[in-house]
Amino acid sequence: MSELSVGDVVAQRTVHLTRESLVRYAGASGDFNPIHYRDDVAGRVGLPGVLAHGMLTMGLAVETIVPWLGDSGRILEYGVRFTRPVVVDAEAGADVEVVATVGALDEQTLRIDLTVSSAATTVLGKAQVRVRL
Amino acid sequence: MSVNPELVGRVFPPTPPYLVGREKVREFARAVFATDPQHTDPAAAQALGYADVVAPPTFAMVVQDLSLQQLLAEPDSGIALERTIHAEQRFRYSRPIVAGDEITATLTVTTVRPFGKGAMVTSEAEMTDAAGDHVVTAVSVLLVGGEDA
Repeated sequence: MSELSVGDVVAQRTVHLTRESLVRYAGASGDFNPIHYRDDVAGRVGLPGVLAHGMLTMGLAVETIVPWLGDSGRILEYGVRFTRPVVVDAEAGADVEVVATVGALDEQTLRIDLTVSSAATTVLGKAQVRVRL
Repeated sequence: MSVNPELVGRVFPPTPPYLVGREKVREFARAVFATDPQHTDPAAAQALGYADVVAPPTFAMVVQDLSLQQLLAEPDSGIALERTIHAEQRFRYSRPIVAGDEITATLTVTTVRPFGKGAMVTSEAEMTDAAGDHVVTAVSVLLVGGEDA
């Protein structure tokens, strides 16, 4: 950790989401909003398709850095803005790409910036994790 | 009905204690594509100094949601779920949630700001353990759309 500098990529991965992933997250989280599994409801409310839960995207994004951190208890703060939806096609699914970069560091803490995109579009804004060194 | 500006400062009663189960943590970990064994293997969690498996950071939303349900159920809130979008989310941790914890959330509405025809509603859920010690504070910003004319 002592040799980190701003701009270093500390972790990255691509997660493939399917409709099964959304149903699994619905069950695990208790968020059964039908826009996350029913095309007819998503269409009726004007969405481009069935969307991943924002909290699923937020959750899988931060988990990208946990193996590198070693102890998730080092996370002091984590915040995101939900800027664009992740549309999950019934057949093709959707890939979510996460890149974790050192955004800032001082004596005690490190800020990790998460760049989270799907279909070449950034889906989370200001996704930042403040971590204890 | 539009969002009631008098919601600001409203504090809801603490939610009943939520007992965090080991299998629930494992289920949630799998759902967020968590790969680290601290979330699933008690021995791995104990090696880090925790009593049992460690919940992923966003698991706090499960308990926070119980408090947001109180807000949505408030008859005078003016918040219609079908016109509500989750705009921002933030967590501030004192420590991670661990299986065996009993977590209680107390929700406070901190701001209601006009936004277009609707409003941005910010709330903070402060979560404490059975000893009353702070575990995590979850801040949500909900964007509530205006009614169609």
